Amino acid sequence: MIEIKHVSKWYGASFQALNDCTTAVARGEVVVVCGPSGSGKSTLIKCVNALEPFQKGEITIEGISVGDPKTNLPKLRARVGMVFQHFELFPHLRIIDNLCLAQEKVLGRPHDEAVAKAMKLLDRVGLKEHATKFPAELSGGQQQRVAIARALAMDPIAMLFDEPTSALDPEMISEVLDVMVDLARDGMTIMVVTHEMGFASKVAHRVIFMDRGEIVEDAPKTDFFGKPRSDRAQKFLSKILSH
Amino acid sequence: MNYHWNWHIFFEPNPTGGGSYLDMLLSGLLLTLETSLAAWIIALVTGSIIGVMRTLPSKPANLIGFSYVEFFRNMPLLVQLFLWFFVLPEVLPSAWGLWLKQLPHAPFYTAAIGIGLFMSARVAEQLRAGIGSLPRGQKQAATALGLTTAQAYLYVLLPIAYRIILPPLTSEFLNTIKNTAVAITIGLLELTGQARSMQEFSFQVFEAYTAATVMYLLINVVVVTAMRVIESRVAIPGMIAGK
Repeated sequence: MIEIKHVSKWYGASFQALNDCTTAVARGEVVVVCGPSGSGKSTLIKCVNALEPFQKGEITIEGISVGDPKTNLPKLRARVGMVFQHFELFPHLRIIDNLCLAQEKVLGRPHDEAVAKAMKLLDRVGLKEHATKFPAELSGGQQQRVAIARALAMDPIAMLFDEPTSALDPEMISEVLDVMVDLARDGMTIMVVTHEMGFASKVAHRVIFMDRGEIVEDAPKTDFFGKPRSDRAQKFLSKILSH
Repeated sequence: MNYHWNWHIFFEPNPTGGGSYLDMLLSGLLLTLETSLAAWIIALVTGSIIGVMRTLPSKPANLIGFSYVEFFRNMPLLVQLFLWFFVLPEVLPSAWGLWLKQLPHAPFYTAAIGIGLFMSARVAEQLRAGIGSLPRGQKQAATALGLTTAQAYLYVLLPIAYRIILPPLTSEFLNTIKNTAVAITIGLLELTGQARSMQEFSFQVFEAYTAATVMYLLINVVVVTAMRVIESRVAIPGMIAGK
């Protein structure tokens, strides 16, 4: 469903953020992207829905090229849900309006329909009773669950998660991961940048390990955790699993 | 000092034949209000457009915005009014120049537009700073949901940015009102102009300017109070002015 072919990206003339990255995510697959900070994993996932431009290579979503200037990017992005590290709820809108804005303005759904959909999703992430609050009145974990519901309200064909639990207090991480596990088990296509190896071992099908802008390892979960082929992946794993 | 105080002067008829000296001042007050409001509307509308242009990714839009701001904020307001009022009609083709010079209420229009454009550069800078202070993720989240750039500004960035810059905008509104006094130099009989006429006719210089001062203070108190009410009406939880 998502194909990434020989993608390279430079910031300015000198710094190369991505170096010849190639991988693919099939329908219903859950792919975890991990790696040390600065390895380009967030950049890669932001290239998938063209939040970041790239200079070389091609990314297609269901055959539609992301880099093609003729592609209707807003339309394409509306079909790919994205969840950010810092939630990025719109602070001036109540929770319910955060979920309805794009449904109405992008998909053109009537207000009643959008509200019904939003309430259903808020119920699913366990936050129905907070619908009329403002984002700042919720905890970090609750805000991130709202952000997931907001993305789901667009009926996405795939979900991208960019370090969804990195900005959360430890006790709030599991409530967000639970929602994600739920999604994965429902068969959603998911690409997630995370260091939550517990999540990876539970629901991921494949793990991609990145370092210095390159995809160093791209292996089924069992192979990756069993015996990573590269030194760099072994070192990384031993560091994050040692505690 | 041998000064003959006469606070009853306000109720004596003025020599222009149009009621008392107080009526003279009140007509000046009305003109000050009209000029200020017209100038402020021009400043808000033009300043918002230019401010947004300065934050767009487009280089030409940026350059236009930059040039506009630097042109209007780097020249004294007095010089700008002279340029519009005395120089512009001379450099235009003579038919247009003649039309401009014969325009009824030319000082009023010149003052409203001239002060409006001068203030718009300042509004633009405030708005640019307001938009610039938002986390980058807000624009990305809006974009990722499929909103176009225009929709992202309209529904997400501007509603938050305007709330942030409301306090400095209040100051700019007060500045607009005070700056209308400069229009006395192109013959606009606003409050300061009428106070000066009163002083010239009656020699009651202290009374005339005391009255003008009190009137300016009153207008500005009303504006400050009104802006406070607006601030608390639109306040959102989690932000500077939030509850």
